[in-house]
Amino acid sequence: MRTALSALEVVRPRSVAQALALMHAAGTNGRLTPLAGGTDLFVYLNAGTLTDRRYLDLSLLAPLRAIRAGKNGLRIGALATFDAIARHAATAGWPMLRQAARVIGAAQIQNRATLGGNIANASPAGDSLPVLLAYGAVVHAGSVRGERELPFGKLYTGYRRLALEPDELIVAVTLPAVRTRTRVLFRKVGTRAAQSISKVVFAGALRVSPNGAVDHARLAWGSVAATTLRSHAAEEALLGSRPSPALVAAARAALARDIAPIDDIRSEGEYRFAVAQAVLAQFLRTAHAGFRAR
Amino acid sequence: MSPRVRLAMTVNGRARRVSVPPMKRLLDVLREDCGLTGSKEGCGEGECGACTVLLNGAPVNSCLVPAVHAEGAKVVTVEGLARGERLSALQRAFVERGGSQCGMCTPGMLVASLALLAEHRGRVPTDAQVRDGLSGTLCRCTGYQKIVDAVQAAAAESAAPRRPARARRPSRAPGRTASRRAGTAATRRRAARTARKRAR
Repeated sequence: MRTALSALEVVRPRSVAQALALMHAAGTNGRLTPLAGGTDLFVYLNAGTLTDRRYLDLSLLAPLRAIRAGKNGLRIGALATFDAIARHAATAGWPMLRQAARVIGAAQIQNRATLGGNIANASPAGDSLPVLLAYGAVVHAGSVRGERELPFGKLYTGYRRLALEPDELIVAVTLPAVRTRTRVLFRKVGTRAAQSISKVVFAGALRVSPNGAVDHARLAWGSVAATTLRSHAAEEALLGSRPSPALVAAARAALARDIAPIDDIRSEGEYRFAVAQAVLAQFLRTAHAGFRAR
Repeated sequence: MSPRVRLAMTVNGRARRVSVPPMKRLLDVLREDCGLTGSKEGCGEGECGACTVLLNGAPVNSCLVPAVHAEGAKVVTVEGLARGERLSALQRAFVERGGSQCGMCTPGMLVASLALLAEHRGRVPTDAQVRDGLSGTLCRCTGYQKIVDAVQAAAAESAAPRRPARARRPSRAPGRTASRRAGTAATRRRAARTARKRAR
């Protein structure tokens, strides 16, 4: 049954400092749930699965919408919408992020849903999450104690569990600059082209050094485990070797040590694994062709 | 005790003041507090788009928007398209081309199409662009082709010049003036195709 929306309270801080103070005070005054774009939160409220009573509305915190690129990379405020991320000139150097931003829901969702919200919602199928992992993103968690940096790969400790203190708020994400000779691929596989929840979602980054060997490999996955994760065994199989058909086969085989997807309402584990292997092979072949063409 | 907030917003060009619970859905504020029942609830989870409205010009699912986020905002619902009894070009195109069957998705389709036309201002969007732009609005009758046709027809109409000075030039076929403004060869082909379709 739908949650009785008329009984819910909203606090609307005017500054980030005020928001963090309210989060801190919530430790003694009772739980305060952050509200960003609401595209997940209202689904839970409409379904009656979210029973929290007090919400911290972040919509007045304009500084959290900022997107800017500098020499240290790209900083995206937690409240930046996927539409803003897809359009902003500063995101051009991180093409997988733009691609993911354009396949998360449709226009109606992209105009509201935020990067911080996608991270906090912590769905294993969150489409921006493998991208953040592949680019080596850092999460900035704000609190009354200051801003703490946390590698994105250390954020999830289990199914929908975040390594954040109860009073911490995700304020921004930074993506380091992408080194030259890096090839990337973002690939989402769902039931249909638009508006689908991923059966498998992949983001990969691969770099080959001037001597021809792979010296950087990040293969990140969504919808194949309880959290977004990297396939470390497949990455290990690639590092130090020259791209070749045999290497593609080795990486595909190694993937079995990394993931064992489950059957659920959207897909079967066996199918997911077969798709993941095919997507990995596609990435390695296209990346290899790209390197050879240079 | 239920908390309430006083909100001021502009709906379809008219200033509105409502006193509502802060987390009440914008969809319900529009339907219950503003009496605008054109926006529909289909799924209540941001999938079907029947509740699509423009919030400060951007299409959103009003079933996922808390009332407080509409404070000071400009909202456009399907009721904002017509001028009195006079339908907008987009609405006429839907009527003329059978873009509406059971009608459940039509308010959302029209509002999403309005945003799409604004995005492609002066150009006729391709089939793929229309389908992408409307991908957040589902038609349970599956009458998508006629919806795409209607949106392109409306786009062609708004892209076509109304100024007689240009259209009167004898050497120029109808449709071509529009394409000159639009630019690329692909757009020209599309505009010509749409013009042909319209002439049928």
